[in-house]
Amino acid sequence: MKTKIREILKTTGKLPGDIAALADDADLYNAGLTSFGTVELMMALEEAFDVEFPDTMMNRRNFASIGAIASAIQTIQSENV
Amino acid sequence: MCQNCPQPQGFLAELIDNGLLIDTGVDGLYGRSGLFEEVIARFDDLITRHGGQDGAEIVRFPPAMSRKHFEKSGYLKSFPQLAGTVHSFAGDERAHAALLHKVADGVDWTDGQISTEVVLTPAACYPLYPVVAKRGPLKADGALFDLQSYCFRHEPSKDPARMQLFRMREYVRFGTPEQVTEFRATWLERGQKMMASLGVPLNLDVANDPFFGRAGRMLANNQRDQRLKFELLIPIESEEKPTACLSFNYHQDHFGTTWGIQTAAGETAHTACVGFGMERVALALFKHHGYDVDTWPASVRSVLWG
Repeated sequence: MKTKIREILKTTGKLPGDIAALADDADLYNAGLTSFGTVELMMALEEAFDVEFPDTMMNRRNFASIGAIASAIQTIQSENV
Repeated sequence: MCQNCPQPQGFLAELIDNGLLIDTGVDGLYGRSGLFEEVIARFDDLITRHGGQDGAEIVRFPPAMSRKHFEKSGYLKSFPQLAGTVHSFAGDERAHAALLHKVADGVDWTDGQISTEVVLTPAACYPLYPVVAKRGPLKADGALFDLQSYCFRHEPSKDPARMQLFRMREYVRFGTPEQVTEFRATWLERGQKMMASLGVPLNLDVANDPFFGRAGRMLANNQRDQRLKFELLIPIESEEKPTACLSFNYHQDHFGTTWGIQTAAGETAHTACVGFGMERVALALFKHHGYDVDTWPASVRSVLWG
């Protein structure tokens, strides 16, 4: 899942640096992720993983790192089952 | 008068009956009486008495701005539903005749309209950023501006506090994060003190802008989480949903990045603003003190009229 998230980050979110060099827990906001970048990222993640972020999970914390994104998607997927 | 049209009710009807607002047949678009304007002018002056000593540069723009600047501002990312763009006829005589036929037939005649270089100003500060950017890097103490403009937002409503064309006074601060957050903290305190002197019930709360769509929920949640926007609320149309009359906004580096505005040290400038909803404050005063300003509390009259 994290590999797929990295692939998505390469094309959306407009991060300036090398995505491959980012650790799973690296802060994406420090890496240049903006508010609008987060919105684009969320929509791309929803399409790729066929999930919908509920209102309560649309916050900065859930997009703060690759690990946080993976964990958020897992939470949504497990609640949908 | 149109006998079959729904007539205004509640506070809006009272404002019209008392001659303060003048119905135009369009929700959110009203004429203002001399007395209404007098109250706006007195409040405008009160703002200057509280903020004038800061030495802001006064700038007044017409209620429209460059479409190119508007497009670059990012407004369409956040609020496409509120934007008002100006279009005009640019056809030949044949097209003109067709237009007149359509108007006469009561069918849509706007298909031949083309967009002009002008859009309506959505917030008083929007025309300012490209002007500041063009001047080059800020001085060491940043910059401070005093603005006022009619603003347009396409949100027709029967709530008189939600007009489509209304005036917004603003102080806008440019500088380092420290400079602009200090400015906002000063106005949070000053704004509450100033409004308390007007004898209206107040409540300060964290707020968010009405970002468009489901993805906009994310922007709204982030804005709240980071406490970027505060509003000073006064009940006008409803007790349960009080109206934002002043807002205190920290834009972080949003406009600095968008427009390439730099501090004296070469960092991306941060910005913050305090906005005053002129009509909303006037409405709050009429709501809470009555339609006859001569009977308003002496303390309030003294604050406004001296």
